[in-house]
Order: sequence, then structure tokens, then C-alpha cells
Amino acid sequence: MLSRLAENIYWHGRYLERAEGLARLINVNANLNLDLPGKLAPGWDPLIRITGHSEQFAELYGDELNERQVVKFLMADERNHGSIKSSLEMARENMRSARDLLPREVWEQMNTLYLDASDQFKGQLSKRKRHEWLNHMILDCQRIAGMLMGTMSQDYAYDFILIGRYLERADMTTRIIDVRADDLLPEELEELPPFESIQWMSVLKSLSAYQMYRRHVRVRVSGPAVLAFLLKDSQFPRSVLFCLQALESRLNALPGDDDQALRHVVQLMRQVNQAPSTKLKDQPLSEFMDDLQIELAEVGRLISQTWFPAP
Amino acid sequence: MDLNNYSSTGFYDELVTEAGRPRAAARAVWKYLKSLDQDELNERKAACEIAALVAGITFRVYFEDTGIDRAMPFDLIPRVIPKKEWDQVSAGLEQRVRALNLFIDDLYNDQQIVKDGVFPAELLKDSENFRKQCQGFSPPLGIWAHICGTDLVRDDRGELLVLEDNLRIPSGVSYMLENRQVMKRVFPELFDDSGIQPVDEYPAQLFDTLASLSPRPLEHPNVVVLTPGVFNSAYFEHAYLAQMMGVELVEGRDLIVDDQDQVHMQTIAGLERVDVIYRRIDDAFLDPEVFRKDSLLGVPGLMRAWRAGNVALANAPGAGVADDKVVYAYVPEIIEYYLNEKPGIGNVPTWKCGNPDERAYVLEHLDELVVKPANESGGYGMLIGPHSTKKEQQKFARLIKDDPRNYIAQPTLAISTSPTYIQGGVAPRHVDLRPFILSGLQTHVTTGGLTRVAMKAGSLVVNSSQGGGSKDTWIVDTQPSSER
Repeated sequence: MLSRLAENIYWHGRYLERAEGLARLINVNANLNLDLPGKLAPGWDPLIRITGHSEQFAELYGDELNERQVVKFLMADERNHGSIKSSLEMARENMRSARDLLPREVWEQMNTLYLDASDQFKGQLSKRKRHEWLNHMILDCQRIAGMLMGTMSQDYAYDFILIGRYLERADMTTRIIDVRADDLLPEELEELPPFESIQWMSVLKSLSAYQMYRRHVRVRVSGPAVLAFLLKDSQFPRSVLFCLQALESRLNALPGDDDQALRHVVQLMRQVNQAPSTKLKDQPLSEFMDDLQIELAEVGRLISQTWFPAP
Repeated sequence: MDLNNYSSTGFYDELVTEAGRPRAAARAVWKYLKSLDQDELNERKAACEIAALVAGITFRVYFEDTGIDRAMPFDLIPRVIPKKEWDQVSAGLEQRVRALNLFIDDLYNDQQIVKDGVFPAELLKDSENFRKQCQGFSPPLGIWAHICGTDLVRDDRGELLVLEDNLRIPSGVSYMLENRQVMKRVFPELFDDSGIQPVDEYPAQLFDTLASLSPRPLEHPNVVVLTPGVFNSAYFEHAYLAQMMGVELVEGRDLIVDDQDQVHMQTIAGLERVDVIYRRIDDAFLDPEVFRKDSLLGVPGLMRAWRAGNVALANAPGAGVADDKVVYAYVPEIIEYYLNEKPGIGNVPTWKCGNPDERAYVLEHLDELVVKPANESGGYGMLIGPHSTKKEQQKFARLIKDDPRNYIAQPTLAISTSPTYIQGGVAPRHVDLRPFILSGLQTHVTTGGLTRVAMKAGSLVVNSSQGGGSKDTWIVDTQPSSER
């Protein structure tokens, strides 16, 4: 398989997952703002920090941060290469070059999703419509994943889609956890327990994880338990550990003697596994997530170096 | 379908005689089309369109920055040619391409044909497509144009003639293959024992032709198709042929020439040696070390690798030297010179202005003829006699006298028509035919080729970029099946 096509399809996997992750991120933040009393609501600033766009946002929009601007920046702004719009466009362009490797219906579905999104982004979205559309988009992304699973031979091309997807998903999950990590609730406040639980429920729901959490964890929704679930559950497909396991198995299937990427993933799994949830409380959560993100970026670099070198 | 009133006045019609009767090879399809009522016809028409769309017969056009796929118009009435006639045409095409390959090889080496005074040295000097980088070299088997697309037209006497040879990167063969797939799906009953010859062997023959050029004597040499990329108008065809042959579709940036002058492609398992490149990139962009320095599409060092004999390029760089308009005029002489045979298929009558008698004739008949420059860089274009003003004719008379060797003239052609399904019925439309000739260890000619049709009444423009469509082309064996 040509490296260029492998790279295209890997980035397709990443960008599509990124678009979906952003939609989930916007939804969780919107929910938190609705659920929490005014002064406890997170506002919209954390999203800019969590997605790593503080500088570019300040450049484009100045100091004033409000919902409309943040949402526009994350959803529809083409100048932001990490917006949903840019991600869908890149997901499509990367798939276009490699479309002969995929079932035709998948390409058509990708096209439909992109064109729908372009239409949506033309106008202003009301809050209600926005939520509806983001959910719709998440389902469309899931549909593409389902079509690939149901109709594509599990060859190297498929491996690379999954590698892109799980790498990006692991990263996105750490960022979604980070929404809560911004130390929003001052500890001395009396109403801490009920609201804390609500916040973590929002996080779980944004990852479609609430039901699975209830079934498998069987304790009330609390910070440490949710964190442990989202980081270390080996069965829930959006947990960081699950994503790393998937990466491990797919990287194992690829040709070549260079196993640096694989070794890095294995080491990262150990790190995630060993993090006791009590210790997470001591170490600032966002710092731990930042570390994971840096390690995941290193995995990405090693993958490019191993399988997509310029000839 | 109401075919009783169909007539094509003043032109030879591919399917129907002057008396309005179907030609022998077209009888079965004519009878069948007649039997369809309007509803059935509409249904078939719709089925054709869907089948074409599903098969992905699309022609990329640029719309602002977004490449969108537009279906190439497909006409459901086939163009029919009797097998007996096609066998002769086919032999003529093989002969023609054999001679052209000998000619190209000669031009880049001894230039015996020039020394013998058959082909004027001046023409060679002015040729835009002569690549001095190819001089003193002969590719494997001495073949330069491995894939040739020769455009044929039928004149008012019913004779098929060559209009031009495309020896660089002719396209269209994917439409020929897909058109047949569509017809078989939509009109299966027509293919029952009606003597229609299959066309599907092409991709296998193309692969064999390419594989036969491999510098390494392997059973499965590494053959690739080199495309400029997804934004090229013929990308569909590049991808299609790569898929049908089961080989990689590569871009320039996938390839590298190492210090041993060998070509490799970058795969996820490392570098992999490439033996044969079916390149669909123009000479000028092939190798920035040798041709255009700014080319991002090509591969630096590719010419080195080719000249070292480490990789085969099809078609060979420089093959285009034999497809300009003045060389065309000399093809009958070229065939006789190299093969000592009479041409099996003729040219459209062509006057070479370099020859004094012919020049005198051309200058006297400028109002009737089409005058074409060999070297179009002058920017004067062509003169279409019957549609020209006196002033334009005077300008061309001057141009011809100043530089007679650069001009040829041809009669305005009454090219044949074929019944075509249009809004509101069936009408005659002009058609041409592009067969493809493969030259490697063996030679193959496509069974028929791609029939292109000008969809506008009276128009002679069949190019797909200008709204031309295509038809399935049937080579039909009219002998009863017991004798076949």
C-alpha cells in the first residue's frame, strides 16, 4: 500500500473523529451552562483553552469571549483549522484521494455530511437548532464508522482509518474530561455534592457514556469513579484505555520492523492503567490530561515517521 | 421508437442507407429499437443514465474551486460496424502504428528517412515535440508509442479515414469499456446471439503490453499508473485503469529515483522497486531535472532511470514527435518507406504546402479548404475556407508563401452521422471513432473503440469538454452463427 494513501486515510480517520469530538465538546459545555446556577456555570472560555486555541482566538476576536463567538469559532470558522467545518473538509479531501480503497457508499455519505454541514454553517444557528444539528452530525459520523465496519475489508487501509480514529478519540476524551477539570467549583461552597454529580453526568452524556457507566460501574456518579471509567475502562469504546488497546492491536498488524509507535502506546497504556483515581485528585487534573495529550501527539509523530516518510 | 422518418441528407449514415433501410449489420438493433414504445424507451433511457452514474462515468469539470463530477452524455443507440470491415481497418491501424514506431526510433537515432530525402529535415528542426533528450536512445523492443489513440472519421463515400494519431497520452478507453457495461445491463436481449464482439479484453491486454516492457524478467513485474492527481480531467480513467489492471495508481511524489538510477515507490512496508510506468503526465512535466523545472507532478531523475534501462515509460518520452499535423501528412510515405507496403487505411486527403504543385492548388482553392499550421505557436490558428472572409484568405495566402512547409490543407469533410436519441425523437448526429492500438511484444487493436458524438445538430465538435457525448460501438459479425 502506498504511504501517501495510507496517510490520507489515516488523516481522514483523525479529522472525522475530531469533528465528532468537537460536537460532543460543545454539547457538554452547553449542558453544563444550562444545568448550573449562574456563577457556577463554566461559561465558554474553557473550550478555547482546552482545544488549544487561546492565541488564535484572541487574534481573531479580541478579548471578549461570549457564547456566539466561541461557538462560531469552533464550529464554522474556516480560519480555525481545527473547527468542525475545517475538520469535515479535511476529512472529505483526504478521503477523496483514497476513495478507490473504500466502499463507494462511504464516500457518498462523507460527501452528504460535508455538503449538509456547509449549508448549516451559512446561516446563524439558534441554540436549539445547534444542539439538534450537532447531534445529527454525531450520528452521521457514527453512520460512516458503521458503514466502514460493515462493508470494508479489514485490510491495511482499514487499519489506518482506525489508527487515526482511536488516536484522535483518545485525545478528544482527555479534552472532554478537561472541561470539568477547570476547577469550577470552589470547595467551600455548600451545594458542592449535588452539582458535582450533575457536572460529571454531563460529561458522561456527552460521550454517550452515561448508560454504560451505570451498567458497569454501579456506583453513584462521582468524580473519581467517572474519571476512572473514562480513563481506564477496558470495554467502553471512548475510554482512553480502550482507544489505546485498539491502537495497539492495529499497529501490531502493520508491516515493518520499526515498532517505536507500538512501544510508545504500550508504555502509555501502563501509565493510564497505573494512575490511581485518588491520586488524580491530588495532581491537578488538567495537568495530567495535558501530559496525556503530549504523549498521544508523540505517538502520532512516530506513526508518520514510520509509515508515511517522504520517498 | 419511430424510425420511419429518419434520414440523414447529404451525409453517409452509420446505421441507415440512403433508401432509409438499416444496413445489414444494424438490422437486428434497428428492428428492436422500432419495437419499443415510448414508455419502454423512456424507461431504458432512465436506466442508462442511472447505470452510467452508478458506474461512475463522470467527467470532471471545474466549477469555481470545487471539482464536481458531471456525467458524460451517453446515447443509447449504438454505432454499428460490420466485422469484415473492422478486420481490415484493424490491420491498417496495426500497420500504421508499426510504421510510426519505426519512424520515431529512426528520428531519434540515424535519421535515415531524412537522409534518404523522404522526410524533410526542416520539419524536424521546427518540431515542437522533438525531444533532444531522447536522441541516441532506443527503448525496449524499439517501441515508443505503446498506447496509441487514432481518430477516424467516415467520409461521404463511406470510407473510414484517419484524422489524427494521438501518440502521447490518449484518453477515452475507460468510456469505451463502461459504455459496453451499461448497454449489457440495459439491453441484455440485444446481446443474445447477435454477433456483437466483446471489448472487455482491453485492461488485460494493456497489462500484458506494459508487463512486456519490464527491464526485469519477472513473472509479475511492478507496473504502476502515474497520474497528475485527482484534479486532472482524466483522473477517473487513470483510477479506473489502475483498478482494472490491479496495479497501484501513483503520483509523482510517491516515486523516487535512487543513486543507482532505479525507480521506487514509497509504501507502508518501505521502498518498492517499480519496473514499468504507464504515465498519464505530459512529457514537459515528467522530470524537472530535464524538462520543466517547476514541475511538481513529475519525478526528478526519471529520465536518467529510463535511459539507463531501469524503468520502462509508456508512452516513451518524445513519442509525440510523430503526431503533429505535418508528420500526419507524410504517414502514407512513412508506411511505404519502412514497410514497403501500401497503407491499409488512408489519410483524409491532405495537401502539403511545401510541395510546389500542391501549394499552387491550395492557394487557388483557399475558399474551399481547411488550412492548418503544423506549428501552432504562431497563434494564427486555422483557416476554415467556406466560413472565411476574403481578407482572412489573403492573410493565409501570405502566411503560406512565407513559410510553406508549416502548412497543410484538407477538404472540408462531410463526416458521417449516426442516429441519436434526442429530446423528441431520433436525429442524425455527427460521429467519429477513436480505436486504441497497443504495441508491446504483441499488438492489439480494440474491438471498435470509443464513438464520440456531437450532441448538437450540425455540430462537428465531439470533445467531451465541449458537451460531446459517446455511444457504445458494436463490431458485429453478420455471418449466421453456424458459420462463425
